[in-house]
Amino acid sequence: MTYSSKEIMVLAAARQIKNKDIVFCGTGISMLAAVAAKHIYAPDCMIFFETGAIDSKLEKLPLAVSDSRVMYGAQVFCSLIDSFCFMQNRKTGSNIVGIIGAAQIDPFGNLNSTMIGNYQDTKARFPGSGGACDVASFVDTNIIFMKLEKRKFVKILDYMTSPGWLTGFDSRQKQGLMTRGPSAVVTDMGIMGFEKESKHMVLKEVYPGIDPETIQENVGFKIDISKATQTLPPNSRELKILREKTDPERLILTKGDI
Amino acid sequence: MISIETNQKAMCLEQAVQTYVKPGDHLSIGGFTVSRNPMAAVHEIIRQRITNLHLYAHSNGQGLDELVGSGAVSKIEIAYSGNGRFAPTCICFKRQIIENKILVEDYTNFQMALRFLAGSMGVPYLPTTTSLGTDIINKWGFDNKLRENDTKIAAKKLIVMDNPFSRNKIPDKIVLVPAINPDVTLIHTQKADTKGTTRIQGLTFSDVEQAKASKTVIVTCDELVEAGSLNTNPGANQLPSFCVDAVVHVPFGAYPTACFGCYDYDAPFLDSYRDMAATQEQFQQYLNDYILGTKDHSQFIQKACGERLEAIKANPETGYSDQIKRK
Repeated sequence: MTYSSKEIMVLAAARQIKNKDIVFCGTGISMLAAVAAKHIYAPDCMIFFETGAIDSKLEKLPLAVSDSRVMYGAQVFCSLIDSFCFMQNRKTGSNIVGIIGAAQIDPFGNLNSTMIGNYQDTKARFPGSGGACDVASFVDTNIIFMKLEKRKFVKILDYMTSPGWLTGFDSRQKQGLMTRGPSAVVTDMGIMGFEKESKHMVLKEVYPGIDPETIQENVGFKIDISKATQTLPPNSRELKILREKTDPERLILTKGDI
Repeated sequence: MISIETNQKAMCLEQAVQTYVKPGDHLSIGGFTVSRNPMAAVHEIIRQRITNLHLYAHSNGQGLDELVGSGAVSKIEIAYSGNGRFAPTCICFKRQIIENKILVEDYTNFQMALRFLAGSMGVPYLPTTTSLGTDIINKWGFDNKLRENDTKIAAKKLIVMDNPFSRNKIPDKIVLVPAINPDVTLIHTQKADTKGTTRIQGLTFSDVEQAKASKTVIVTCDELVEAGSLNTNPGANQLPSFCVDAVVHVPFGAYPTACFGCYDYDAPFLDSYRDMAATQEQFQQYLNDYILGTKDHSQFIQKACGERLEAIKANPETGYSDQIKRK
């Protein structure tokens, strides 16, 4: 069965979600991955949004985290403050998995979703942190979504919006962040992880038909591609549910941008 | 029919904005990206040509973008400026930053929410650990001179300090974020009574903290009911009447953003707005045609939405519309 790079990317992220997880997601493709996880792999996982909607029904795909579609059939409505507190309190904090995207990522998984240029002289502007920096600061398991492009995978960020492993090794703890840095970077060609000690990005998995060298060519810094395994291709059941149940209107699947 | 003469808080939008929003005010707007932006009030500010506003929001979309595009805003403190799928980054916001027409101070959503909460509690700051090690801490948009000269702005963007309660040899760090006390906060809700008792259906976002932190509050509502009639279900109400200074009946007052249970966002309009705001000239044309060229919100809706109005009305069971084309 043929599939698009966006479809395998969504499914690759969704496969990482387990039934016990409480999934925090942003808009667009990260929301699609969370909903796909619930539909396909982890029906008991709970999706929640920074806007305060907990365990939403999600019968129709929301186009923003404030969309009324996140409110319908939710278990609880809480406030913005509550939703970030769930990431920090001792009972729920460690069960939360964040899924976020960004405009730039560096070798340690730090993210820029704010701007390009000098902060006093902006060349391009993005929306800003929103809750991204908060989730990256607070949760132990954070999955990052990125389209694999040299201009996005850069040695030095123009602006660090959200903390990854900072400068590697134990720098995150030294700065006062008590949780773990990002666990995976899911791209349209493969999945990156972070080396155990140095916390530098490494290639973990390549999608079927993709050459690891091609991935290196699209990353603006050197990564270890020697230990990468191949991702299982999506099967017909996964694709059928994704296309017919998760995004039947193709609101996100067909849009060009990741 | 409710007589507005009997109560001094219930008034028309023109009067509410004229009375409570002044040039140079520090303004906070409620809602979140595509939902419950106080659009009617925002448009009235634009019609009254009130300028030099200092704007606060956590994640705002359409309201923020139209205020910024119209030139009403000089400075902004915010976590996120986007309109969901319709404009991943707000369009006028993006342009005005690149052209250096507005000053921006970037925070995170949790920080902005904490800052409103601090304001509502009457404390000068609240601590958190979010953003340690990032440029949210290191890069400041407002310089010291600006902070010194404007006493309404906090003396510092934030402060990183050692946790005074730490038991560790090398103490852990905390980030202190300063309270916000806006001059005026604009909220749009589904229902309020003529005394100002406010009921928000669905998610409240940070509207409640924003309102409680503010010196004055204007609430616009889709439905205005008799004073006291919301008291039959107090658990559903968020703001007591004494928090609210003006309450204004504006049907579809959040349009073109959504109001849960009442109407959906107008996806075709938000798509066309993206093009209408593409350049400052085009945006000025939009302002002339849609905002300055209409006398009030109902005329604006007639022009912007027209016959689609039926299609955006919410299904009472789900709270959103099944009719609106979202692609």
